[in-house]
Amino acid sequence: MFVLIELIGIDKEYRAKDRIVTALQHINLTVEKGEIFGVIGRSGAGKSTLLRCVNLLERPTNGKVLVGGQDLTSLKEGELQKERKRIGMIFQHFNLLSTATVEQNIAFPLKLSKLPKKEIAAKVASLLELVGLSQHRKQYPSQLSGGQKQRVGIARALASDPDILLCDEATSALDPQTTESILELLKDINTKLGITILLITHEMGVIRAICDRVAVMDQGEIVEVGDVLDVFLKPQHEVSRQFVSEVADSIDSSAFYNGAGSGGRILRIIFRGEQTYEPVLYETVKETGATFAILQGTVSRMKDTPYGQLVVELRGSDADVDAVVGGLCSRGLEVSVLR
Amino acid sequence: MNGILLNLLNGSLLNGFQLNGTLLNGTLLNDTLLNGKSLLGRMISYFDEINWDLMFKATRETLYMMGVSLLFTIILGLALGIILFLTGPGQMLQNKISYFVLSLVVNMLRSVPFVILMILIMPLTKMLIGTSIGVQGAIPPLVVAAVPFFARLVEAALREVDRGVQEAAQAMGATKWQIVWHVLLREARTGLIAAVTITAITLVSYTAMSGIIGGGGLGDLAQRLGYQRFRTDVMIVTVAFLLVLVQVLQMAGDALVKHFSRK
Repeated sequence: MFVLIELIGIDKEYRAKDRIVTALQHINLTVEKGEIFGVIGRSGAGKSTLLRCVNLLERPTNGKVLVGGQDLTSLKEGELQKERKRIGMIFQHFNLLSTATVEQNIAFPLKLSKLPKKEIAAKVASLLELVGLSQHRKQYPSQLSGGQKQRVGIARALASDPDILLCDEATSALDPQTTESILELLKDINTKLGITILLITHEMGVIRAICDRVAVMDQGEIVEVGDVLDVFLKPQHEVSRQFVSEVADSIDSSAFYNGAGSGGRILRIIFRGEQTYEPVLYETVKETGATFAILQGTVSRMKDTPYGQLVVELRGSDADVDAVVGGLCSRGLEVSVLR
Repeated sequence: MNGILLNLLNGSLLNGFQLNGTLLNGTLLNDTLLNGKSLLGRMISYFDEINWDLMFKATRETLYMMGVSLLFTIILGLALGIILFLTGPGQMLQNKISYFVLSLVVNMLRSVPFVILMILIMPLTKMLIGTSIGVQGAIPPLVVAAVPFFARLVEAALREVDRGVQEAAQAMGATKWQIVWHVLLREARTGLIAAVTITAITLVSYTAMSGIIGGGGLGDLAQRLGYQRFRTDVMIVTVAFLLVLVQVLQMAGDALVKHFSRK
């Protein structure tokens, strides 16, 4: 895979009146071309600062920012402005020109690049089409809903044909339905236009809906990075666990360590991919003399990957139970014995 | 006795005018009673003595002084206001020393009363336009007084612009100049129009003081002819003219703000 964004040893400190506030510490992060990478953290964790370091809206105190192999921190102002045109950005509060129509807002970056009027008009028309706002092109932002404003923001960010789209809490000011439609649009942009997306959010739902990989931030540091499914199913850090537990269908396996069930062996089984829909558990148990009871379970989707988690209690002889566990493992399921 | 009788006959509207008449000119009441004109006739004839050519000349002078000084004020004040804003704390060209110095100069100029300022800068006025008196001589002090005032209004209007929009433009690779021109001035335009309106009206009131250096205009006329030579009729008309002028300016400004507002 081709690495598109690389943050190396980033620190960011602010000078407050009488002390130094550390916003980012020892950040190392790589984002590959074509992926949707999410950064999740509580407010104040430093995720917004991290995102702003990528296009140097915030200049890191230490460290390098490589975008497409180019070290942005070493560039002069004029060169940096040129590089920034390759990095689109959308914002929580949209940040549209209130005095410009939808059309003029989308045309804005093209006007800054001094493109000929004809080219601008054609480009704007196709972007309006892409985000589904052709009907509203003559309206002003104050006449639009939040979701429509964010669509204008997206169209504007895409106007200069960027390789990267940075999303700063892009759905945090929107209601759940609108959030879903905006996330769908972002996913489309990622797959159809091949634009790499780096987003920050405090909602695990956003990560789960569209991200391929995720980094969890806490107090200015990245505490965990990995494929979304891995982090979701087996969070390593306490903060990650808290985020995962916020999503409704996560399983709280700790409840089964003590007391629940009727004395059999309790297993946590994780299914990934198409296997999720296969009768794997039944087939495996059937071959032995054991039986099972499902104590808790969920089958869902992470972006486009189906997954399932089951907590089952196996009843039967030790030999039979061992055979079931071995059988499940050999079919590629992840099995952990809770008790 | 006659006065009371007339009140009873002609009702309260006339009453109001008579009282005014009495206040303005003690002889008016008796005169009008003797030649027995209608109310409207008497109101109009009160202003018979006014030299309208003089009045219109003074109006032109006021408009000229205000117009020319407003033009220069907008050009210079806009530039100064933008620099004040940009060098201010947390802004693109943040510079403590520049901001402090500019701020100090602006405050100093604003703290000098206009009458004093006019006299203080006479040498400068003479150097700039060859004379320090008359309508021409009034323009440099008007500009010097109004620029710092307008610049502060510009600074305040620019501060109202959503920071996020500037950040968005920055993220798009806009240059500083593009941000000033395409984002700040554009987004602040209603605030700037309101600032121009307020400045224009302030200039009208400043022009009244230019009489001291023979500046002319409505205010000067009201003071020299109306007040010092007891021509109350002239006083009333000049004040009415000034009132209309200020009202028109304010209404025009408000209409423009409304036209350009997108909130």
